[in-house]
Order: sequence, then C-alpha cells, then structure tokens
Amino acid sequence: MDKHPTQNQFIIMEEHNNNNKELNQRRDFLKTTAIGIAATAAVATCGSAACSCKKPAAGTGETGEKIVLLSPDGELVQVDTGHLKYVPKNVVVSKEEARVGIPGRKFVMVIDLARCKNARKCVTACQKMHHLPEEKEWLQVRLMQDSEDAAPYWFPKTCFHCDNPPCVKVCPVDATFKRQDGLVLIDSDRCIGCKFCMAACPYSTRVFNWSEPALSEEVMCLPYSPETSVPSKVGTVEKCDFCPDMARAGELPDCVKACPNGVFYFGDQNEDVVTNGDETVKFSDIIRDRGGYRFAEELGTEPRVWYLPPRDRLFPVERGFEDLPQEVKDRYLKVGKEG
Amino acid sequence: MLKISHAGHEVLKTFAPLLERTRTREWIWIFFLLGVIAWGLYALYLQITVGHTVTGMRDNVVWGIYIANFIFFIGISYAGAVISGFLHLLKVEWRKPIIRIAELITVIATFIGPLFILLCVGRLDRLHHLVLYARLQSPITWDVLAISTYLVGGLIFLYLATIKDFAIYRDSTLLKLSKWKRKLFAILALNYRDTPGQNRRIEVSANLMAIIIIPLAIIVHSVLSWIFGMTLRPGWHSTIFGPYFVLAAIYSGTGVLLICMWIFRKMYKLEAFILDKHFSYLGYIMLVLAAGYGYFTFSEYLTDWYGSEKWISQLIRKFFDWDQYGALFLFTNVGGILLPIIVVAVPKLRKPGYIAIASGIMVLAMWVKRYLIVVPTLETPLLPIEDIRPEYLKYSITWVEWALTFSGIALFLLLFTIAAKFMTLIPVSEVTDEEDEKINQSQHGTEFKVPAHE
Repeated sequence: MDKHPTQNQFIIMEEHNNNNKELNQRRDFLKTTAIGIAATAAVATCGSAACSCKKPAAGTGETGEKIVLLSPDGELVQVDTGHLKYVPKNVVVSKEEARVGIPGRKFVMVIDLARCKNARKCVTACQKMHHLPEEKEWLQVRLMQDSEDAAPYWFPKTCFHCDNPPCVKVCPVDATFKRQDGLVLIDSDRCIGCKFCMAACPYSTRVFNWSEPALSEEVMCLPYSPETSVPSKVGTVEKCDFCPDMARAGELPDCVKACPNGVFYFGDQNEDVVTNGDETVKFSDIIRDRGGYRFAEELGTEPRVWYLPPRDRLFPVERGFEDLPQEVKDRYLKVGKEG
Repeated sequence: MLKISHAGHEVLKTFAPLLERTRTREWIWIFFLLGVIAWGLYALYLQITVGHTVTGMRDNVVWGIYIANFIFFIGISYAGAVISGFLHLLKVEWRKPIIRIAELITVIATFIGPLFILLCVGRLDRLHHLVLYARLQSPITWDVLAISTYLVGGLIFLYLATIKDFAIYRDSTLLKLSKWKRKLFAILALNYRDTPGQNRRIEVSANLMAIIIIPLAIIVHSVLSWIFGMTLRPGWHSTIFGPYFVLAAIYSGTGVLLICMWIFRKMYKLEAFILDKHFSYLGYIMLVLAAGYGYFTFSEYLTDWYGSEKWISQLIRKFFDWDQYGALFLFTNVGGILLPIIVVAVPKLRKPGYIAIASGIMVLAMWVKRYLIVVPTLETPLLPIEDIRPEYLKYSITWVEWALTFSGIALFLLLFTIAAKFMTLIPVSEVTDEEDEKINQSQHGTEFKVPAHE
C-alpha cells in the first residue's frame, strides 16, 4: 500500500458543515478529527472536489453525485460526494508527537549485501511512496569497490539514522531531530534550508528541493508530518525517514516490502527482532552469524543500519547491470577508477 | 571652536568637495554601481522565483561561491578590527591617517558578508526561526551571535573615532555644507566641545573597544571556520582551521587596506598624509602575515598528504592535478603567499605601487583559496558520486552567482562612496593630534600656505 490518495480513506463529515469559513482550517481540523474516526468507510477513488485543498471544505455544497459507502455499523449508506473528506490512510500524528517517537521502540535495519543485485525495486517503491520524481533518490543503490583488487558489490544506502547524528548537531533551528525510537527526522515546516546538515552528513544521504517540487494537487494537499515527509517543500532538506507512519500502522517500510530478494531486514532492537517480510530473525543472531558491520564505523556516528558482507552472493555483480537504462549504467562506470 | 592643525585643515580642504556636493562624475559612478546591483537583484529575483536551480549548487556541492564570498568579506573586515584595533592598543602613531579607511572597510564588509550566507538559504521567509528555535549547539547560531556582535562593535569603534570629526564638520566655516548635513553632523557630534571630560571618555571608550574588538574578531572568524571544521569532511575537519582562518582574514584584510590606501592616495592626492612609509610598514605586517599564512598552509597540506588517508588523499590529489584544481591551487600559493613576500622583502620592489599590485593579486588569490576550501571538499564525498545529472557531479558557477557576487562588490564600493560623503577618509581630528612636522617629513612635502585655523 502506498500513501497515494486514490487508495486512501474518506470520512463522512456532514455534521461539521459549519467548519468551512477558512480554507486552511479544513486540513488542521482533519488532522485532529481523523484520529478519532479513522475507521470509517473507504472508497477506491478520489472525488475531485474532496481532493482539492484549494476548494471550499466539503459539506458546503452537494455535487449531486452519490456514492455508496459502508458505515462503521456495517450498513450501506448512500452519501453525496460533496460530503466526503479525504483523510490519509496512515495516522498523521501531531508535530510534538512526531518529535518524541514511538514509545518503547528502537528501530534498526539490516541490509544483506549478499542478496542485492541492484534490482532497484526499493528505489522505485520509495519514490512512489513519497511522491518523489525519478531522479530524486532517498534510497540509493551504489556500486562499491573498496580498493582496486577488491570485488565490487551493490550497496543499498538508506539514511543511517545515526545515534550520534552529525546532521542533528549542526541544525541551527532544531528542524532535524533525533527521536527516542532512534529515528532522525526532519520537520520541513521548520527547516530554513541552510543545508548545513547536508554538508555535515558524511554519507550524502540528504537531498534538497532546489526548486518547487512538481507534485500533483492531490499530493500537495496531503497533511504534512515529519513522519510521512510528504509533500516535499521547496527550499527544504529531506531524506529517508524509515517510514514511521508505516510502523505505526504495523507495516514494514515500502523498500523492505518491494525488494524481491529480501535484502532489507527491518525491526526493533529492543525486541531483538528484524524481518524482511519472509523470514524473521533475531537481530543479535544475524549480526553475529553473518559478520554484521556498520559502514564507516570509524566516523563515530553510530549508524542504526547494519550491513551483512557480500559473502556467498546470490548474484554476480554483473547482474546488477541487466535491464538498466544506459544512463543509469553510465553513472557506475567511474566507480573504482577514481577511488 | 575646535582646534585644527595645519594638516587637519589640509585634510578638510581636500575632502571638502566630497562632503559639500556630489559632482556629475560621482553620480555616474554611483549609477554605474546601482546598475550592477540592479543586475544582481534581477538575479536574486530569479533565484527566489525559479528556485536555487539557477545556481550551480546541487545536492553534492550544497554551498558554492556564495559561501566563498561570505568568508572573503568577513575576512577583509579584519582590516579595521585587527590592524587599527591592534595598532591602537600599541599606540602606534603612524596608524592615524589610515584608521578611518580601515574601519570603514570593517563595517561595510561585515555588513555585506552575511548577505551572501542569506543567498544560500532556501527559505528566506523563515529566517526568524533562527531566533525562534535557536539551538546553541549549531555553529550557525554561533555565527549569528558573533557576527552581529562584531558588526555592532565595529560600528561603535568607527563612531568613537569619528565623533571629534563630526564636531569639526559641524563647526567648520570652511565647509559649505547644506543645512541638513550640518544638522546631521551636529546630532552625530553628540555635543562634543573638546572638554577634558569628553576627551577622556572618548579615549577610554576607544581603548575599551579596541580591547573588545580584537577577541571578538578572532571569535568571528574562528566560529566561521568551525562551520567547516565541525563537519567530518576531508579538508575541513582540521584542528588548525580556527587559527588558519583568523590569520588568512587578517592577511587579506591588510591587502584590501593597502589597495584602498593606494587608490585613495591617487584619487584624492593624499601623498602628504598617506606616506610611503605607511605602505612599507603595512607591507612589513603583510609580509609577516604571509609567512605565517604560508606556514599554516604548508602544515595543513603536508599533514594531510603525508598521512595519506584514503578520503583525504582523494581531495589532495585534486589540488595537484592540472585537470582539476592544480592551476588554481598553484596560483593561491604563488600569488597569495610568495609574491607579497618577495615584493616587500626586496627593497627595490618595496614601492607603494608594487605593494598595492601585489596586494591586489594576493586578495584575488585569497578569494580563490576560499573557493578551494569550499567546493573541492564538497565534490569529494565519502561515497562515490553516482548521478546521471552532470551538474550534480561538478560545481560550476552560473551567471546568477556571478551577478550577485559582483553586486556584493558594487555594494561595498557604493557604501564606501556614500560614507565618503559623510566623513573625510582621513580623520581630521586625529592628524591634528600629531605634530605638524610629520607633513614636512613627507617625501612629497607640499608647502602649506593656509594659516592655522583658530
């Protein structure tokens, strides 16, 4: 499932007709109301009137278009599409809550380099989920060659959500922050776009919105939260967020689910469990048995992402070049030559 | 009526046309500068409406020429802060004719520097967040605090050294000032009447400010260097970055001061006040600073190169590669270190003109050096750059960035031009304090026919 509105839920809100004086009020109102009545009926299509955040709040006028919905009581009701309101599928928590984190959790990721063949399904799934353009990659698959004689390997790279995050240290306005559950997130409503965090991150994880992101009106209208990181905002920094909104819904991040080879294991270090969707293993076991390590440990950033070395590989590294467009292939050509 | 010496009188006479009216030639100059600034404003308009895509900055090289300009302008601001502050504390008498120029450089450059950092900020509409959500852990917050304090300190220092002059302009019968200007001078003079109490207060305050401004200046460039030094990047993450930046700043500040002195001396025929010995003395200071700066540079790159850590070596290699930054790096070391040393050290070359030209080349080299600090490091990330977009691999300066850079320089010149309309570039009161015989010592000694104005 992704966060696209076409698959999202709608709630009937006829009783709040009077709440339409301010256009902006609608979204704020929804954020608070949605939590209470999120379990309402879902529809598969998005009524254009309900999706546009620029139009007056739903309930002001009837469109005449009727739609049949299943009410919480199990009854089928027919309502006017003008009375439908869009709420995101996942719970959008408040800014304050988004800064604290999910209680009792300590998220961790394990990436199995032996299984990666640069299928790039994780990249595209992440882009789809976060409504990113093709060239913007929060999750990248890099071709690595540690030295001239070393064997090259594919290296999927998310944000490392460091426990000693250099990016968080340098932020002048507390726009990027570290949470109790281990995640490093960004509040792009607060970010001033100084890009200091990008200069400070040694892993080139962060990306900047150099111009107004090309987003559909529907995406633009999505209620923003540091947990969803959607929609992108011009002049601010963004990055992989480990999809805490999915975790709240009890689901795995999309990159984990999309990978055909089970490269990504996601889980909770407190519970000592990680899963790639197919198999669930003890985090400490897999790290011990497979020689898990963290990238560039010497930098002292204490990443929350662990790697399993590319031993007994499932695929030769050349497989990663298959079915790639030439321009994507080209970018890997210099690797190993320049160091 | 305040006492003015021969020399002071002569200064007043020299600068009277500037203070009294603006001639056509000056208007043309001012409009030219305004034209350049308008060009920059258009570029800024594009940058804000279209987005930062109009610059050469991208996800790898997130900072470019703007940050280099920022370091550069804050650097040259050291002309007044340290040169005139330091010489003030040492009670070096020969400093007096040049303190006004030095302090104007300080205040104007400190004002312009931060404008360049604003150009890098993606959301100018959220600048108030810097105060609203200020985090003391961030070197940017240190910078905001330090630079704003420094600017205020520089202004006070400049003002303290100008009060006496304002009183002289107010009272002068020689100056044919418009009414509003005389009124303005009367306000700015703060009722200064040359009483012993007033003089003592000015002296104590100026001494205090000189003491304050020096550590403040050191703090400013240190925290500026720590924006880079605190990150884990090769070429930035260095313990000597604080002192290295401070020294480079004093050095380039001295260079700009020498250039300004030479230009003004030519323009306003100030040979009687700005003497050859001023160039020689400041030249000696520049030589010492060049040697110190060269030592820091050598130490920094030798350590990085000798250790040959992989990530650092990738960067160092770029400085010794002709296809990359080899030529620029060589220029920063030859033009920025060796040339000023040779010109000042060889007696035959130790002439104001040569020293000024060497300073000009050195200042340019120092700008290039700042560029070489910012850009190559960002082009050398830990993980290999793999991008299909060529502009993300390598930074190149766009016309928008050049336009705004030249507007910054134009704004510097414009503010200097405007300042010269409100104060003499050589302090009238300060040269009064000195013995008049100094003028007679001048190699270009002119005969003064004007009697002492008393």
